[in-house]
Amino acid sequence: MKPCSLIGRRLATLTVFVGLTLGAWVTWDNWGRFALTPVTASPSTAPHPTPHTLAHGEYLAHIGGCIACHTAKGGEPLAGGRRFDTPFGAVFSSNLTSSKTLGLGEWNANDFQNALHWGRSRDGRLLLPVFPYNHTSVFTSQDVQSLFAWLQTVQPVEHAQPAHRLTWPLGTQPVIAMWRSLFFTPTPFQSNDNQSAEWNRGAYLVQSAGHCAACHGQRNALGSFPEVDDLSGGFLSSQMWIAPSLVDATQTTIANSKLDDTANLLRTGQSPSANASGPMAEFVQHSGQYLTSADALAIATYLKSKLKISAFGAASPATGLASSSPSAQALYKTHCASCHGERGEGKAHAYPALAGNPAVVLTQPENLIQMALYGGYGPSTTQRPRPYGMPPYLFTLNNQQIAEVLNHIRSQWGNQATAVSPMQVDHVRAAIYEK
Amino acid sequence: MQKPFRIWLVSLLCLAPLTSFASDMAERIKPCEACHGNQGRAGPDGYYPRLAGKPASYLYNQMQNFSQSRRHYTMMRRMMAPLSPQYQREMADYFANLQVPYLPPAIKSTPPSPAHMARGKQLALQGDRALKISACNACHGDNLMGNTANVPSLLGMPSAYLGAQLSAWSLGERTTVAPDCMGDIAKRLTAEDAAAVTHWLAAQEVPTQNSANPPKRITTDVRCGSAPELHGALQ
Repeated sequence: MKPCSLIGRRLATLTVFVGLTLGAWVTWDNWGRFALTPVTASPSTAPHPTPHTLAHGEYLAHIGGCIACHTAKGGEPLAGGRRFDTPFGAVFSSNLTSSKTLGLGEWNANDFQNALHWGRSRDGRLLLPVFPYNHTSVFTSQDVQSLFAWLQTVQPVEHAQPAHRLTWPLGTQPVIAMWRSLFFTPTPFQSNDNQSAEWNRGAYLVQSAGHCAACHGQRNALGSFPEVDDLSGGFLSSQMWIAPSLVDATQTTIANSKLDDTANLLRTGQSPSANASGPMAEFVQHSGQYLTSADALAIATYLKSKLKISAFGAASPATGLASSSPSAQALYKTHCASCHGERGEGKAHAYPALAGNPAVVLTQPENLIQMALYGGYGPSTTQRPRPYGMPPYLFTLNNQQIAEVLNHIRSQWGNQATAVSPMQVDHVRAAIYEK
Repeated sequence: MQKPFRIWLVSLLCLAPLTSFASDMAERIKPCEACHGNQGRAGPDGYYPRLAGKPASYLYNQMQNFSQSRRHYTMMRRMMAPLSPQYQREMADYFANLQVPYLPPAIKSTPPSPAHMARGKQLALQGDRALKISACNACHGDNLMGNTANVPSLLGMPSAYLGAQLSAWSLGERTTVAPDCMGDIAKRLTAEDAAAVTHWLAAQEVPTQNSANPPKRITTDVRCGSAPELHGALQ
């Protein structure tokens, strides 16, 4: 026998052995262990939930975004069917109403806890990680039970979940199993005894219901779950919006805002120095505005404690900085100055200042380009029901002009940021908003 | 400082943020004017429809249709999605109450053939029984200016916009609450017929509105989910 064919055979044996071992481990990790140690909900679950429990469950359904994501545009609340475009294909949310055939009508508290803490459906099926079960695994059992009790009171809607449109084999059970073994471990909340009760409440909300890291955390090319407390910034590639880092003090107004103001931004979409736009405005509209002021303050407290202030300031590249030109100045005067002011000072309670605004000088300019192209309104909220808005410039200004005027505002009144190119404007123009 | 003067000064300062804009709603609807023209009198490019003077309920229904994905246009969807129904209603009322003059119909550089226009007129005013297409004026009013809160006027609108809407209705891109009568009619129109009727409509002068003369109620066998008032009392 030739020595190289012997090596080849041994290699093949080794590959088969490693493959089988990994397969066995993935199977055990996702299915096997549940057969031995079934998850049981806390026995304290009362068969007849109190009005307080139900109200708390409804509160969680709002602030956790359950209602936002499980309601199709123009559809019945919680009947599912909302489409999510991911880099891997389109996914549709499920029906959470008490429908016995299409919703959660036949579920019990155990099934629901399994879904939230382990990302497994009632029939043992592994759920797609578009459902952020890394974050729902942080929920206390008590919160899970309140949420379930309230969902069971939602009138049944007979609406079937549309089939996902993922490229095979994505979305199949073995692929989800492998993905989960790589990226998912349940992370029940760990309180920090060195911090105040308020800080711990904020940490709990950010990591569970708030699921802030789902956008503000980093994912790899396989769409991994970020750590539940990873707030180092993310990019929503399908929609072309930046979720700025919440730990880098230069990227948001958290560092220079009073806690009240940050809390107000979460609840109303506006603070004296910041406005929520794009996906953040959507969060405020569907979830943030329902936060109690105590919970919003707790989140603000936790977020402020997470800030890291670099001793050297933001790394500013020496080259490629934005600069203005006479034509850019003229564009600014014609299209922007009447609302944002001659010196980028804005108008209180209506139009944000551009001078010294962290959102204007983010190194990645996508959000700024989005605003210039599409304008738009802030969210209508209980406390700020009639927001002002910005006109779109999609049809009025071309890519070159938008880049010019953005480079003007990125280089004036003390602002200093990298230059925006017409090509970058074009990339945002080409992005699909929502189908 | 004297007390009355102090009170006056304090109240003036409190009012300052509210009165710094010419008119509250005029400031709030500024984004709309970028496409729909000054005071919503129609876009300068001959596509975006007029908002001024349209029935408030009609405008409101359209805003809701965009927010809830029954009508599809990315820009309108992005504009409307963050707004509460109450605020949309307020905007609709504001535009409905604006009385601004209509522009004269655009003159086409190559006028459509008389036969083409005659077919358009026939469809608009008589319909086509053989094709089960009811006349536009059966629902949109005897003067085609919309005869109820949910039925829009068809005049004073560019043909490109009307054509795009007919096409959207026929493809199911624009839908409404069932029974979707406009969708059913649009699906029966051939491309040629759709072009004829939109060209004819776009060439008509807008009649002077006379609020003392209520629009005529027209009995119709067409049932429309979007306009239940067609089957009952006028609203």
